[in-house]
Amino acid sequence: MAGSADSAPIVHISGVDKVFAGREGGRTTALSAIDLDIRPGEFVSLIGPSGCGKSTLLRVIGDLVQPTRGSVQVNGKSAEQARRDRDYGMVFQAPVLFDWRSVEDNVKLPLEILGKDKAWRAKRAKEMLELVELGEFTKHMPYQLSGGMQQRVAIARALSFEPRILLMDEPFGALDEMTRERMNDEVLRIWGQTGTTVVFVTHSIPEAVYLSSRVVVMSARPGRITRVVDIDLPRPRSDASRETPRYFELITEVREALRAGGGDVDDAGTPSAARTLAEGAVG
Amino acid sequence: MSAAAGVAGRPAADPSGTGAAGRASRAVRGYAPAVLVAAGGLVAWELVIRVANLNSFILPAPSAIIAALVENWNGVRFPLWQSAQNTIIEAVGGFLIGTTAGVVVAFLAARWGGMRALLLPLAVAANAIPIIAFAPLFNTWFGLLNPLSKMMMAAVLSFFPVMANVTRGLAGVDPAQLELMRSYAAPQGTVLRKVRIPNALPYFFTALKLASTLSLIGAIVAEYFGGQGSVLGRMIVQSASALKFDITWAAVSLAAIAGITFYLVIAAIERVAIPWHASSRSEG
Repeated sequence: MAGSADSAPIVHISGVDKVFAGREGGRTTALSAIDLDIRPGEFVSLIGPSGCGKSTLLRVIGDLVQPTRGSVQVNGKSAEQARRDRDYGMVFQAPVLFDWRSVEDNVKLPLEILGKDKAWRAKRAKEMLELVELGEFTKHMPYQLSGGMQQRVAIARALSFEPRILLMDEPFGALDEMTRERMNDEVLRIWGQTGTTVVFVTHSIPEAVYLSSRVVVMSARPGRITRVVDIDLPRPRSDASRETPRYFELITEVREALRAGGGDVDDAGTPSAARTLAEGAVG
Repeated sequence: MSAAAGVAGRPAADPSGTGAAGRASRAVRGYAPAVLVAAGGLVAWELVIRVANLNSFILPAPSAIIAALVENWNGVRFPLWQSAQNTIIEAVGGFLIGTTAGVVVAFLAARWGGMRALLLPLAVAANAIPIIAFAPLFNTWFGLLNPLSKMMMAAVLSFFPVMANVTRGLAGVDPAQLELMRSYAAPQGTVLRKVRIPNALPYFFTALKLASTLSLIGAIVAEYFGGQGSVLGRMIVQSASALKFDITWAAVSLAAIAGITFYLVIAAIERVAIPWHASSRSEG
């Protein structure tokens, strides 16, 4: 499924800096001199320590945060135009479901906004929920589902309008290890079936290695890309892939790249972008 | 958040599940302890009055209050039923005026951040004023004998909680939900309809429940300061000054029943309107 090395990038990031103005006049450089190309159909993970700006980079790609300098091109368009063209499907760490909508109606929400007709919305929602194996739960309300199931609804919703790029911000960070591994397989299966390009933020090395075509290693203060590790594990991947020597070698490689960048891998920080938005909205 | 697969919650939305009968019997069982305690309290009250032989001047027995209520239901000097109706009209009218104004201002405040910055501190300050103290002035402004003067007092009291809560509900949306809507390039109007308004509904109903109580308080206290004769506030003041305390208690009881009914009606509407909200699914 991974795009060939010579195809034109779907995401082209060049010279991106992001500086946040702090409360007391201080400035935080969240991203510094980011250059990255992502090819169509690739599965790219962004990994790094707390405060390395990986969530900010994801939001810059998705036009949820404006870069201070540099440019982001998506399919030859600006990131803003790509957002307006509904090229992005977003999945956050929290499922961000709407309590007042049933599972099915949550999946239909982007389709309503895109002005799709009713029959198509119903058909799509059904297909997507079957894709994430929640076909039996269409009429349930979000509070009736477990955390893992809610996150699957969020994925179904993000895929419902066939976005070209799926942006996932630590989507399984709140799940336990067992559920997380199951969800990883599910994401790989969906990625294989849809051919979407995925940009995936995580702080879990095994997750990044298991899922990705490439792992982008970042370091903190300022957030920079220190290394890009190609993951050449054969596909399709399964539990057996997790037991191959190559898997462990790659994990070691990513870990050493992270150490060289001088960061602890643990990451519990809230993305500052979300905070900024929160302040703007609540006032 | 439990990660176990399977249904974590109660299948309240299950269409084939427990029917109306099941829900009703569950409701009866839910309220039974409270009803029993209330009934026990009334019996104890009656017994204490009889055993201690208390003067009805201090506290009439429940039986005496009920008797006064029945006797004066369509009374000439104390027409309790007519009074209750007039007071309820004032309270509900004021509730509707205040709630409507509160919602309109909340939408304006949510739409324009500048207006919110201006209005919310003013509203908080205004809400700290004992508005009820303005009742005699309202009588002057809107006419002592005009029910509008009582209605406006009820309206002003209803206005503040509705405005403050609805503003909070419209503006205080989860930032991640707004990011999601932004990623869909959803226009502001769509965000308002699909996110802000549904988000504000629980706040709105909380405010309505407050306003239902406040509007009745506003109407009755405003009536204390004079106005048309056949209203509960006047019944209370006049029966007390005539030392007919059983009638005072009967009028107070009617006011209490009206307040509780008003509240319950709104709570029932809330349950139908926002069944997805935690406040509506606190069964069992």
